[in-house]
Amino acid sequence: METMTGAKALMTAMEKEGVKQVFGLPGGANLPMYDEFARCDIRHILVRHEQSAAHMADGFGRVSRKPGVCFATSGPGATNILTGLATAQADSAPMIAVTGQVPVAMIGKDAFQESDIIGMANPVVKYSFQPRLPGEVPEAVRKGFYIAETGRPGPVLLDIPKDVQQNEAPMDFPDEFKIQGYHPWNDPDVASVQKAVDMLVNSERPIILAGGGTIISSAFSELQSVAETLMLPVVTTFKGKGAFPENHPLSLGPIGMHGHAEANKMMAESDCVLAIGTRFSDRSVGTFEAFEKRLKIIHMDVDPAEIGKNQTTNIAVVGDVRASLRIMVKLLLQKSLKKSEDSVWIKHVRETKEYWKENLKIHPGEMGAAKILRKLRELLPKESVVTTEVGQHQMWASLFYDVIQPGTFFSSTGLGTMGWGFPASIGAKVARPDVPVVDIAGDGSFSMTENSLATAVLEDIPVIVFVLNNSTLGMVAQWQRTFYDRRMIGVDQGGCPDYVKLAESYGAQGIRAQSMDELDKAIKSALSSDVATVIDIPIDPEEDVLPFVAPGTSLSDMILPS
Amino acid sequence: MWAILSILVENKPGILFKVTHLFRSRNFNIDSISVGVTEDENYSRMTITTYGDDKQIIQIVKQLDKMIDTVEVKQLDEHKTLFRELCIFNIKLSSANDSMEVNKLVNAYGGKVHDVKKDSLMVELTATPAQIKAFEELAKPFGIIDVARTGVAALQRSGA
Repeated sequence: METMTGAKALMTAMEKEGVKQVFGLPGGANLPMYDEFARCDIRHILVRHEQSAAHMADGFGRVSRKPGVCFATSGPGATNILTGLATAQADSAPMIAVTGQVPVAMIGKDAFQESDIIGMANPVVKYSFQPRLPGEVPEAVRKGFYIAETGRPGPVLLDIPKDVQQNEAPMDFPDEFKIQGYHPWNDPDVASVQKAVDMLVNSERPIILAGGGTIISSAFSELQSVAETLMLPVVTTFKGKGAFPENHPLSLGPIGMHGHAEANKMMAESDCVLAIGTRFSDRSVGTFEAFEKRLKIIHMDVDPAEIGKNQTTNIAVVGDVRASLRIMVKLLLQKSLKKSEDSVWIKHVRETKEYWKENLKIHPGEMGAAKILRKLRELLPKESVVTTEVGQHQMWASLFYDVIQPGTFFSSTGLGTMGWGFPASIGAKVARPDVPVVDIAGDGSFSMTENSLATAVLEDIPVIVFVLNNSTLGMVAQWQRTFYDRRMIGVDQGGCPDYVKLAESYGAQGIRAQSMDELDKAIKSALSSDVATVIDIPIDPEEDVLPFVAPGTSLSDMILPS
Repeated sequence: MWAILSILVENKPGILFKVTHLFRSRNFNIDSISVGVTEDENYSRMTITTYGDDKQIIQIVKQLDKMIDTVEVKQLDEHKTLFRELCIFNIKLSSANDSMEVNKLVNAYGGKVHDVKKDSLMVELTATPAQIKAFEELAKPFGIIDVARTGVAALQRSGA
């Protein structure tokens, strides 16, 4: 056993976990761990606000499927990452947050920059550790990574008092460890999968609802195989967007409050749903009652607590959804079950899809959201990674940006964190430097973490920020137009700031695109740029996101463009 | 529905906080809670009584089970479980006759009388929550000055 400080043990243990970079910001209580960057191979990526460090780690984690790591100091540094932890927890993203803490003897004394981050973060982390002795650090790191990335992934907090970082102890880096109360994966029950197959085969209007869990477990080929064999149309939740190629003939796109019309229609008409890795969130299913009345529901999920939480199900399959789908694929092969491509249901699905493709009215102007996002899709290579912020642009992205390569679209879908997309795109680009990474943004959200431009420029992480700029908190404005008799309160952004100048002031490229021609050139310029680019696209502040399922109503009650 | 949950947890600081926080954040109710170390000092046992419909109770058990610090979570079947709560009453006495009546009542419930004063006495009662409630109703007319309860301790009976 080598004797070393807790700080060195932290970095050594992280290197053993394969950590190549940390997003963070130093302060008094984490200086000992920062000092270790001088002596190890882990890259430090400096942020301008700890919330962004957490979102970068989150974005890295979602794309690489290995926990991203962020560092923050005690007190305000730690409280600044709370939103990042809550975002990662709501979307089951693997992440490790390491905070400095005041020395053990000072805990509870209201010391300078002391906060009870373990207590505050409790409901928004999968687990947390606060080693009280240097010798406890390696095992906390080992267990923390294991917990963050196994089962249903999530954020883990390591809160390390300053003296625990500074003091030395003989260190043991265990490979083996035991967490008695943690059972991340169950073996899927084959008999239940068989029952699910029977139920699907015997239904008249079966459908697949793929959720975010499908993407987390990379069950893309299994999903496609089940869908094609049984000729099941595929809708997704918003978080599941891109679990299935959206240019596939069986794809109908996301359901939900701003789901695709054809997806909501077919979901509402279905008599049996295979729901994969989804928690039936209110934004996806509308009212639960309407959802369950007609439907037989098969629910596959890795988290046993999700079964029956929001939705009563007929058949539950608990386990990693990829493993469950593999069993299903095998059963289908064994029995040579294959459904006809010309069933009444599939014909109806095709016709409905065709109808909405031709009849969904979009904004008539040259710079309408649909045209802008279809242009982006046309010019982006299919392997590009896209993140979004939260608001109208996010829902337009859901409606009009088709994900072709599964697992290349990420958004803060659960917590709905404005300001997530840009730092997350930086984390994503660090994970996938070989592909273009674009944050589809609105001006309101981008404002919240725009200072990450400094990180993108100084750390040479050339992402593209695609700002649909209506100079308005657009989604709030839409609700005020729709439900509050056009009383527009607190939504006007007043054309401030000028995003081109803002980008340039950070040393990034700023381009304004006011026509389709300019947009075409801007996207091409951004794709070939070696610095981060902000494309500012002024749009009509009155444009609504439609279709729209009002809160508390059912998916079949869509408000459509008039 | 009233349910008794028996939760075996690792005996570490902060776990009671996490369990009670879970009840708060998931909108569940704690009716009573008792915690103590088990025969193996690495573990503590929490006994929580709670209310909810079947679906809620199942969800509480699943959410508790999902917690990494919980080793075993069981909903105990009342009929196969020995469960008791200790309750201490301070009861007002208005006359000599009251003293006799309260003593009779305490004997009927298998309680013990302590600290008899001219105008009050203390009662120690170990019983089921239902019995304690019944005793409380009968003691009310005398005047209950104070009550302290421990919450339920429960173990499944051997072979049950």
